[in-house]
Amino acid sequence: MKRDSILSLISTLIVIIVGLLIGLIVLLASDSNQAFPAFWTMISFGLRNMRNVGDVLLGATPIILTGLSVTFAFKTGLFNIGAAGQFAFGGYTAIYIGVQFLFLPPPLRIICSILGAALAGAVWGAIPGLLKAYRNVHEVITSIMTNYIGMYLLSYTIQNTIFDINRTTTTRMPDDSNLPSLGLNYIFREPLGEGYRASAVNLGIFIAIFLAILVYIILDKTKFGYELKACGFNKDAAKYAGINQNRNIVFSMMICGAIAGIGGALIYMNGTGLSMTALPLLAMEGFTGISVAFLGLTNPIGVIFSGIFVSYLFLGGARMQPFGFSLELVNIVVAVIIYFCAFVLVVKTNIGKIFPKSREGE
Amino acid sequence: MDMFYFIVQQSMVFMIPLLIVALGGMFSERSGIVNIALEGKMVMGAFTGVLFLNIFQNPENVSDQGILLLALLVAMITGMLISLFHAFASINLKANQIISGIAINMFAPAFAIYIAIFYLDGQFVPFINQFRIASVPILGDIPILGPLLFQRTYITTYIGFLILAVSTIVLYKTKFGLRLRACGEYPQAADSVGISVAKIRYAGVLISGALAGMGGLIWIVPISSRFGGSVAGYGFLALAVLIFGAWKPMRILFASFFFGIMQTIASSFTAIPFLLNLGIPAAFYSMAPYVATLLLLAFTSKNTQAPKAAGQPYDKGMR
Repeated sequence: MKRDSILSLISTLIVIIVGLLIGLIVLLASDSNQAFPAFWTMISFGLRNMRNVGDVLLGATPIILTGLSVTFAFKTGLFNIGAAGQFAFGGYTAIYIGVQFLFLPPPLRIICSILGAALAGAVWGAIPGLLKAYRNVHEVITSIMTNYIGMYLLSYTIQNTIFDINRTTTTRMPDDSNLPSLGLNYIFREPLGEGYRASAVNLGIFIAIFLAILVYIILDKTKFGYELKACGFNKDAAKYAGINQNRNIVFSMMICGAIAGIGGALIYMNGTGLSMTALPLLAMEGFTGISVAFLGLTNPIGVIFSGIFVSYLFLGGARMQPFGFSLELVNIVVAVIIYFCAFVLVVKTNIGKIFPKSREGE
Repeated sequence: MDMFYFIVQQSMVFMIPLLIVALGGMFSERSGIVNIALEGKMVMGAFTGVLFLNIFQNPENVSDQGILLLALLVAMITGMLISLFHAFASINLKANQIISGIAINMFAPAFAIYIAIFYLDGQFVPFINQFRIASVPILGDIPILGPLLFQRTYITTYIGFLILAVSTIVLYKTKFGLRLRACGEYPQAADSVGISVAKIRYAGVLISGALAGMGGLIWIVPISSRFGGSVAGYGFLALAVLIFGAWKPMRILFASFFFGIMQTIASSFTAIPFLLNLGIPAAFYSMAPYVATLLLLAFTSKNTQAPKAAGQPYDKGMR
């Protein structure tokens, strides 16, 4: 492993430990008797059996993708706060295809759902991109606006297309529109009575990891990725080098949108019967994605691990309720961790100064 | 005419918090610190302010404006305290200003709900909402202007306009304002004439915290009687108003007024016969403020410039 990666890893681990300790202090301050058992539950639940491990991966799938979306934007000098809207558009499109396109054979229908979601996300991501490139409007403000517009638009669209009036959600998809479990249900399960209870973890996690690796390759190993990064790093220099920066801004935002959109597809196609609400609510996964991205130090591969970690904390955190603590503690812990993550880059550069690189050949 | 008064009175409810919080954001960003944490600061201010009302409000005398002013003070102090974390990370440690902002946005609602659930056995903190002033004595009787500005109003409306006036003067007519703007545009130049960039930026961030915290409480008071850990994205909208307002006080006033009117139409179009008769679905009215802002920005932003140094940690070596 490269020296740089080791430094990142160590500093991230330190930051996580600090975050968890502060979480423990908050618990102790609220109820010292229940604090330790509750804390232990939070940090161990995800590993108690194989089914929980599967559930961690299941929960990680959408947030790895929204995290990846934010990461991609950040690497190309943009801040994608609009992942929530892109995610929702992707989710809606995937469900629509899953419910309505029954004339397609299941495998083809699933592929169409995912591609449709990517396209929908890309279109919704293109709006801030176009406005940034050609009208000089900051992408943060347009993303905030498109999030809210999308929220109301989707709420209206759901109620007029694939609406389940009893649950005020989208219609439930037929089972064969969901992602296949690929036999993962035989690995990630726990004994229950006579049989087993399996986690719903499925193909989605592989898609998420594959896309993370793909983004890493695009950004670090291709000319296209280099050009996108150059625009983010110094747009004047990029322009001078003959790179069409306006076009690249639009491309970047479309790719971000596509990734977040696929995240929306994968969460609603996970086979747990999860449906999209018709109430005007922003998708929280979009904002969790921002946390995941920065916790992963805006590195596509790091995002895989930070997504799994955040999902792990949320799964365990939900189990603290019997001890009288709310799931919100997890958000406090993650917030503290992210706050200290901001220091990681600073710490890294300073460690680099204290222990200078050994010269090559020595 | 009653309809017109109604729209203006309602708009104030949406406009004033946006105005105050956006002005807060202005102080931070003009000093060179990007402030995406306005939402979190609003939540913290609203939370402690409402908690203060919940504990100290006297059921015998609920319409006491004094207690509201004290609660506003509490909210301001809370906003400043949480801002210190943002300031420390972005000024002393030169960390990424967006990341610490995100952390505050995530922390604030989690903290508010966690404390509320733990100590009050529910996500919501209730308070008695009796702060509306039916009509300001004397001023409320002035024709036209009276119903427009001095009837069915809140004391916070006037605080909002006062803050606008003070902000404009401070930013453009004082030594501090000049230094603040210098630090946001070209901190190296400010430093070279002996201004402490760090101090000025701390001041900018703390003012923004105070105003955002206060804005949070001002947002919740007219519209509800309980606080549940959310300001419904108003912090982000204030950020939009700030950018739409081109980081200038008077344009921020215009932007927040525009947004206030649009929000009023969105939330109470059923009470406006003309709009109701158009038969457009409610969802499109809800979208209207955001679509309108987007379009306006598309046509007006070509030449607006953010403070040049906003978002960049100040490095003395870069002179």
